[in-house]
Amino acid sequence: MSSLLWWIFASMAIGGAMGTVTRRSPVASLLFLVVSFFSIAAIYVILGAHFIAAVQVIVYAGAILVLFLFVIMLLNLGHDYRSDLRGGAWMLAGSVAAGLIFWAIASSAVQPASVPDLGGRQSIDAAVQQLNAVGAIAEPLFRDFAVPFELTSILLLVAIVGAVLLAKRRV
Amino acid sequence: MEAFHPTLLWAIVLLPLVGFAVNGLTAFAAPDRKSIPTWIGPGVVGLAFVIAVSSFFGMRAAGVEEPVVQTLWQWIAVGGLRIDAALQLDALSIVMTLVVTGVGFLIHVFSVGYMREDAGYARYFAYLNLFVFFMLLLVLGSSFPLMFVGWEGVGLCSYLLIGFWFADREKADAGKKAFIVNRIGDFGFLIAMFMLYANIGSLDFVTVFAQAPATFAYGGAAVTAITLFLFLGATGKSAQIPLYVWLPDAMAGPTPVSALIHAATMVTGGVYLVARAGVLFSLAPISSVVVTGVGALTALFAATIGLMQYDIKKVLAYSTVSQLGYMFIGVGAGAYAAGIFHLMTHAFFKALLFLGSGAVIHSMHEAFHHTHKDWDAQDMRNMGGLRHHMPITWVTMWIATLAIAGVWPFAGFFSKDEIIWQVGAHAVGPFAAWYRVYWVLALTAAVLTAFYMTRLMVLTFHGENRSGDAERKHLHEVSPVMWVPLAVLAGLATVGGWLNVPEAISETPVLGWLPGSEWLHEWLHPVTEAADGLAAANGVSVVDAAPFGGGEVLWAVLSVALALGTIMVAASVIGRRKYRPATESPAPRGFAAVLYHKWYVDEIYDIVVVRPVLAISRSLSRIVDGFLIDGTVNGAGYVSRAFGWVGSRMQTGQVNTYAFALVGGVLIVIALVVFG
Amino acid sequence: MLTQSMILASLLFAIGVAGVIFRRNAIILFLCIELMLNAVNLMFVALSTAIGIQGQVFVFFVMTVAAAEAAVGLAIIISIFRLRETVDMKDFNLLRW
Repeated sequence: MSSLLWWIFASMAIGGAMGTVTRRSPVASLLFLVVSFFSIAAIYVILGAHFIAAVQVIVYAGAILVLFLFVIMLLNLGHDYRSDLRGGAWMLAGSVAAGLIFWAIASSAVQPASVPDLGGRQSIDAAVQQLNAVGAIAEPLFRDFAVPFELTSILLLVAIVGAVLLAKRRV
Repeated sequence: MEAFHPTLLWAIVLLPLVGFAVNGLTAFAAPDRKSIPTWIGPGVVGLAFVIAVSSFFGMRAAGVEEPVVQTLWQWIAVGGLRIDAALQLDALSIVMTLVVTGVGFLIHVFSVGYMREDAGYARYFAYLNLFVFFMLLLVLGSSFPLMFVGWEGVGLCSYLLIGFWFADREKADAGKKAFIVNRIGDFGFLIAMFMLYANIGSLDFVTVFAQAPATFAYGGAAVTAITLFLFLGATGKSAQIPLYVWLPDAMAGPTPVSALIHAATMVTGGVYLVARAGVLFSLAPISSVVVTGVGALTALFAATIGLMQYDIKKVLAYSTVSQLGYMFIGVGAGAYAAGIFHLMTHAFFKALLFLGSGAVIHSMHEAFHHTHKDWDAQDMRNMGGLRHHMPITWVTMWIATLAIAGVWPFAGFFSKDEIIWQVGAHAVGPFAAWYRVYWVLALTAAVLTAFYMTRLMVLTFHGENRSGDAERKHLHEVSPVMWVPLAVLAGLATVGGWLNVPEAISETPVLGWLPGSEWLHEWLHPVTEAADGLAAANGVSVVDAAPFGGGEVLWAVLSVALALGTIMVAASVIGRRKYRPATESPAPRGFAAVLYHKWYVDEIYDIVVVRPVLAISRSLSRIVDGFLIDGTVNGAGYVSRAFGWVGSRMQTGQVNTYAFALVGGVLIVIALVVFG
Repeated sequence: MLTQSMILASLLFAIGVAGVIFRRNAIILFLCIELMLNAVNLMFVALSTAIGIQGQVFVFFVMTVAAAEAAVGLAIIISIFRLRETVDMKDFNLLRW
């Protein structure tokens, strides 16, 4: 059952990605990407990462992409239907490069020895069972990864200030 | 005998250099101050002569047998090669030094009168002094490289002096020709030095000649090659076949230069080289035959050309080439003392002949200058009957002519006779036939010598004067500063031969009524004994008879008779012929034209050597230099710019491109990690 | 499941790379970059089923950084748009030779 679901959502994700890359209109591109993100969130759930799925929907699809949409509307780009895809040579080069990337990464993925099975899924499920889904992430986050967590908050502060400053009109 | 320390040996060499410096400065700063070069120029050479004479007497008193080497400083010390700046004083070098400084001094004095009107007076004496410096270095150097320094230096000074009036294109070209042809010979000298160093490991005369008999096999390839290359250098410097072509052209220089450089001193450098390297030549009989042969052939060849020349200096130039051939006959046949003897006597009478002709040219030039006639002052067809106008010159030049023709008791008789006798006496052993041929050639050349010299005298001094009526009034004898050296040289040409009267002759009546006997032979014995001993040890013997019979005395008398007879025949033949001035004379025809045009040797050289070399260098310049080298260098620049252009194409300033490059880089890294 | 997810992730990554290479619109380029980041997240989460919870913690951080980066990047694009009136990458060529 989950396998079938996985396949459905996987094809939706791929379809969304293809649409993002090939659409002329920026808005259409963005909407396809939203579809892709939702599918990926569903796949997260299938893989047992409930919290991450929720964060994906809330932050990524909900905040970041909406921000993108706002910028598109701000810059009034929605009306331009001229194609901005590069010429034939670039297409060929890009496709070849992308193909090579895919093959390079995937070929190492299919080797059984490359990924040791350390019983991750079981431990995650056990943690979710014990604490809830949020707690399962929160515990390593605040315990083992406390310093990166604090640094990330500083990063966000800097990003906020930077974004405001950069986008300000001349004073 | 006590050890002999020559005093002021270095001063002999240094004085002319000082003279060069002073005169050169004068030429730069005050070219019109004629008094400085007048005194400094001849003065330094005269002073050097005095020191040389005192060294000579010192040597005689001390009875020096071994060469005295005075090292001044260490010049080159590289690896195993050690060459010092050192002067070698021995019997041979002192003789050469006396000749160079003595005759040089007389010529310097003559030049004071000859060059008085010239604007380059100071420059002339500067070059002349520099020349004497280099020549002394050549004869006094104690090693082959030092001799080579002098060798090259006299070549340089020859170029400077031949092209003295460099504004005239022809004269400048003559200087170039001399230098370039000399260079060909110098190449031979260098190769010989390299081979000597490779075989013996040293280049000092003392060391080389001591070790040569042990190092080289008699008649072996190594020593034959070395000596032949040395002789190549000698043919360049001493104007033998095939490298004689520069000497007639060198007559473009002032006449005293021709007297000093191309008669008495520089051209004798080759003879000195062969005599100095006598040890090597006696180890290589084939080279000796070659040297003698080239000398004999040149003697005859040049004499034939001299028969038909009309320029007085050209006749003397070819005469010099011919007499140098005699010297090489002497030293080639192993008679080193005879060759050096002829060198000495030739210096006397040839310098006298050149200076005398210089006096004639000086007078003719003045006469034509007065009447603004643009005739050639050196063409004998424009002269004639000058004995009435220039008696001192006439008498002294006749003395020189008798000397060069080999008439007893003048100097040339003894030296030339001895050479002819020696080459005949060596006609035994494996090369007997060759030496017999050379003997015949030498005799023939002697006859021709007497003929063309008489022709010169008759055309110039006897008969009717053809210069023109207006000019005749201006012809007069030269000033004392010019005819006193002539008189001194005439005296030397008379008594100079009495230094070395062969035993056979000094015992005969009439011919032997002379003071002195084989003095030069004995004096040079310490230098030549090594070579003579080697020759004797290797089976070279000497007979006491001429090739076709007869003793020394008989042939001496015969040669005098032959010379006198030729003179009389020539005088009557030439005297009877009617000559017209040069502009009205017909061009020579037939065989005479061939002789007049010097057997077309210059033209042949031009076609065979000069034009192909020029063509090759032009094509090399176009192909190798223009196309290959410039192409490579420009191509390298072009390739760098092309690389730069390609590289710049990658800087599009666009993110997409950079992202693409990033992806490419990632792929490469992954490939390296996964598959590496 | 693990292997399939990994292959899916690499495929999405490759599509993102293709998009970055041949799209000229700056905003869409950014979208493709977000797609690449998501593919990486998917890879991490897939691997966390084998290795442990650390994969998901890392995804957390990636998302945070992505958000910050998106904000700042869009602010930059807005500034450039104010100057150049275009978001076509072809015109952002001041880095050219």
